[in-house]
Amino acid sequence: MMPGAAIWTLIAMLTMATVIIKGTGPFLLGDHDLPDRLRPAVMLLPTTLMAALITVALMHRSDGAIGWNWAQCVGLLVAAVALFCRAPLILSLGFAVVATATVRALM
Amino acid sequence: VIAQPMMGTIAPIVMSCVVFAGSAQFAAFGVLTAGGSIVAAAVAGALTNLRFLVAGFAVAPSLKGGRIRRALEGQAVLDPSFALAAREDGSFDRGVLLWSTGVQYVSWIGGTVAGVALAGVQPDPTTYGLDVIMPAFFMTLLVGEVRTHRGVGAIAAVCSAAIAAVCTLVLAPGAPVAVAACASLIGLIRPKDT
Repeated sequence: MMPGAAIWTLIAMLTMATVIIKGTGPFLLGDHDLPDRLRPAVMLLPTTLMAALITVALMHRSDGAIGWNWAQCVGLLVAAVALFCRAPLILSLGFAVVATATVRALM
Repeated sequence: VIAQPMMGTIAPIVMSCVVFAGSAQFAAFGVLTAGGSIVAAAVAGALTNLRFLVAGFAVAPSLKGGRIRRALEGQAVLDPSFALAAREDGSFDRGVLLWSTGVQYVSWIGGTVAGVALAGVQPDPTTYGLDVIMPAFFMTLLVGEVRTHRGVGAIAAVCSAAIAAVCTLVLAPGAPVAVAACASLIGLIRPKDT
């Protein structure tokens, strides 16, 4: 267990940082539009964000250490194939879970 | 479940209520469990959230009200909400953003309470492969985005993944995602074609 004061300090610091980070953009821009020139980049932001989050997740093993998480890689591959074949979201996620669990059981 | 041994019962729940940024919370814990200081943990958490700075600028024009209200509404930006609310023309659906975040807020806190309550009782979620749900869900959003943006979307995704992979090996936790999101800038390269 960590000392109580340390925990609450951490929580306070994280909360402030998060609120400031999320609020800065809307606060500064107000009701102004983004410059048109930047629009193509903003449109791609969700794409790059998802790709990066997936990659980082796959590169962390279950114990948190850095290294390929092979079971998750297989599960994700299965989900990708299912999605590519236009399977519904829930079904694709289900396939991914089963595939991941299967790989773990075999390894 | 992860936090309970280190933080007790109440603190993780409060943390989920007020910080409400899963990746930042996990990043902070990663540093703590590795023996890092409180400040290092807070910095890791803040770095993890840096991507929301850019996301905030992106959604700002789609929000309503004065500066303060917009800054408050901007707190609703989360990875899944951000991707779900994205429209094809680069604007964002404010209703989808707020609603999807509301649903996630309730389930995130519910999940934290359940996790703390079950710590020690429940087996590790990785036993059942449930940990793949988050990346797999991101994958569903990614596939949708790439279908919308076609070639440039696929290129941006590959670039971002490659940057994230390299950065994961050399940078502090959290920073890789923020750096990799810069791959969006390739959208600026040939504006006349699009």
